[in-house]
Amino acid sequence: MFYREAGDFKTSYKDDSQTFPIKFDRMRYYLVLIAAFAVVPFVINDYWVNAVFLPFLIYSIAAIGLNILVGYCGQVSLGTGGFMAVGAYACYKLMTGFPEVSILIHIILAGGITAGVCLLFGLPSLRIKGFYLAVATLAAQFFLVWMFNRVSWFYNYSASGQITAPETTVMGVAVTGPATEPWAAYLFCLVFCVACALLARNLTRGMAGRKWMAIRDMDIAAEIIGVNPLKAKLSAFAISGFFVGIAGALFFAVYLGAVEVGEAFGIQKSFLVLFMVIIGGLGSIFGSFAGAAFLVLLPVLLKNTLVGGLGWPTDLAAHLEFMIVGGLIVLFLIAEPHGLAQLWRVAKEKLRLWPFPH
Amino acid sequence: MKDMDTQGYTTADGRKIGGVVMEMKNITLRFGGVMAISNISFDIREGEIRAIIGPNGAGKSSMLNVISGFYNPQEGEVIYKGQKRPQMKPYQVARQGIARTFQNIALFEGMTVLDNVMTGRIRQMNAGLLAQAIWKGKAEREETENREAVEKIIDFLEIQHIRKTPVGRLPYGLKKRVELARALAAEPSILLLDEPMAGMNVEEKEDMSRFILDVNDEFGTTIVLIEHDMGVVMDLSDRVVVMDYGKKIGDGTPDEVRNNQAVIDAYLGVAHD
Repeated sequence: MFYREAGDFKTSYKDDSQTFPIKFDRMRYYLVLIAAFAVVPFVINDYWVNAVFLPFLIYSIAAIGLNILVGYCGQVSLGTGGFMAVGAYACYKLMTGFPEVSILIHIILAGGITAGVCLLFGLPSLRIKGFYLAVATLAAQFFLVWMFNRVSWFYNYSASGQITAPETTVMGVAVTGPATEPWAAYLFCLVFCVACALLARNLTRGMAGRKWMAIRDMDIAAEIIGVNPLKAKLSAFAISGFFVGIAGALFFAVYLGAVEVGEAFGIQKSFLVLFMVIIGGLGSIFGSFAGAAFLVLLPVLLKNTLVGGLGWPTDLAAHLEFMIVGGLIVLFLIAEPHGLAQLWRVAKEKLRLWPFPH
Repeated sequence: MKDMDTQGYTTADGRKIGGVVMEMKNITLRFGGVMAISNISFDIREGEIRAIIGPNGAGKSSMLNVISGFYNPQEGEVIYKGQKRPQMKPYQVARQGIARTFQNIALFEGMTVLDNVMTGRIRQMNAGLLAQAIWKGKAEREETENREAVEKIIDFLEIQHIRKTPVGRLPYGLKKRVELARALAAEPSILLLDEPMAGMNVEEKEDMSRFILDVNDEFGTTIVLIEHDMGVVMDLSDRVVVMDYGKKIGDGTPDEVRNNQAVIDAYLGVAHD
C-alpha cells in the first residue's frame, strides 16, 4: 500500500539510473545508513561487535568482491581465502614497515596489492572456464597459504609464525590493537563497508558491469559486440581482489588482531564466502549483504536460542548448529536457487501490488 | 568501373548508393580439408542492402563470420574503407564499426533490454574504471548521453514497453528485435544480419522487413543480410550474392539473379543423365 512507484516519475535519465529508483527504497536506505552510523555505535557492546557486527561487515566486503567475480563476470574462484590472506599480510607488512603512515592508507594499499595478485591468478581465465578455472584458482589458495607459512619475511621472522597487528589510531582513536573500543572498530569497518558497496554498485550499474555481465551471459557474443574479453575478465579479477584484499586486511587488523594463516585464511574461508555469494544471490550487491548476514547471524542466533534459551549443553548445540545451518542452506537453494536477493525482489514485487494483487 | 567505385549510383526508388565501403577479395576459408569458402570476391557499397543467399551449407554464415572477424580466411583480403584490414580480433572489428546479429539469438539473457542495448554503445563509451566507480564527471555524462541515443533506438524499434524486462523472459520475435537494437546502438557503418527472420511468422517478418528498410532509410546504414525467404530477399535488397558449396555462382540485382541459370540450377537442382 505504501510501497508504490506510481506517481514517482522520472524526468531525466540520471534519475532513472540511480541506485534506488523508488522513493520508498531510497528513504529506507538513508534510514539504515543513519541508524548504522548514528545509533548503533552508542548502543553496542563488546559481544555484539565481535560476534555479529564486525564479521558481518567484513564478510560483506569479501562477498561483494567475490560477487563481482562470480556473480557479475561469471568466473568461478575458490581462492578467496588466499586472497584475503594477501590483503592481511600486505597490511601487516605496511603497518610494520611504515608505522607513520595512516592505517586507512595501509588498508587501501593492501587492497591494491591484492588486486595485483588476483589479476595474476586470473590470467588462466583467458583460456579456461567453469570448473577448470575453479581448480586453477584453488591452486592460488594453496600456494598463497603455503607461501605465507614458509617465507618468514612475510611474518617478520617472528618465532610463532603469527602476525599481530600493532596499535594504530585514526584521528586519535585506537582502531587496532588491544586498546580498541568496540564502537571504534565497528565504525572503522562500517566506513569501509559502505564505501566498498557504493563503489561496487557504481561499477556494476555502469559500462564496466555491463561488460562483465556480457562476458558472463555469452562470451562469444560479447566479443563480437566489442568487449575485449581479456580486459573485462582481468578487470573483474583485479576489482574483486581489491575488495577481498580490504576484507582480509580488516579481518586481520581490526577483527582478529593476530592471525595464523592456515587457520584464518584456509580453504574453508574460500567456501564460506562463496556460499555467502550463492545463498545471498549471484549478481546482486544486496545479495552479498544478505548472504553474509545469513551465514554470520544464523549460527549466533542458533547458539543463543539453544544454549541460552533452551539450556542445552554447549557441545550438543554446536553439533546441532552445523546440521541446522547445513539443512537450511540446502532448503534455501531448492526453494530459491537465485538466493535471498531474488526472494527480496519477489517480496517487493508482491508488496507493490498489495493489497490488491489482481 | 573505377569511377563507379567512388561515385556510386542511384536506385530505382531514388536512394543514393555511395562508393565501395568494403571489398572482399579472393577470400578462401578452409576448416581442415573442408573448403567452406573458395575464392570469393564481392563488394559492399555504402548505403545499400546487400543480400547473401544460397542453399544450406553454402558458406553464407562463414562469409559473415569472415566479415565480422570471427574467422580469419587462409587466403584473400578484406578491404575496409579503402584499406586492407590486418588480422584482427572480433572485438577490434566491432570497434571499427561493424555490428552484427546472430542466427541463433545471442543476447545477454540475464540483463535487461536496456542494458543489452546499452552494451551496444561500447564504442562510444570509454570512461575509466575509476571514474565509473565514483560515478562522477565523464562516466555520469557518458551514461546520460548514451542513454539518450539508446532511447531513440528503443523508440524506433518500438520496444519501449519492455525496456526494463530481463531479456530471458521475452518471446522469440521480441528478442530478435532487441538484438537488432543492440547492433544498431553501435551506430555501425556496416550492419550484418544473419537470418533476421528465421522462425518468424508472416506478420513478424513484415515487421522486421519494415524495420530493416527503415533503418537503412533513416540512418543510411549499410546492411548485409543473409536470408532464406526469397520473397523477402528480392524485395529488400539492392544487390544479391548467391553462393553454393562455398563458391559464388551469381552476383547482381535481384532481377539479374532471378534469371541466372546457375542460380536456378542450384536451387531447383539439375537433371543428371
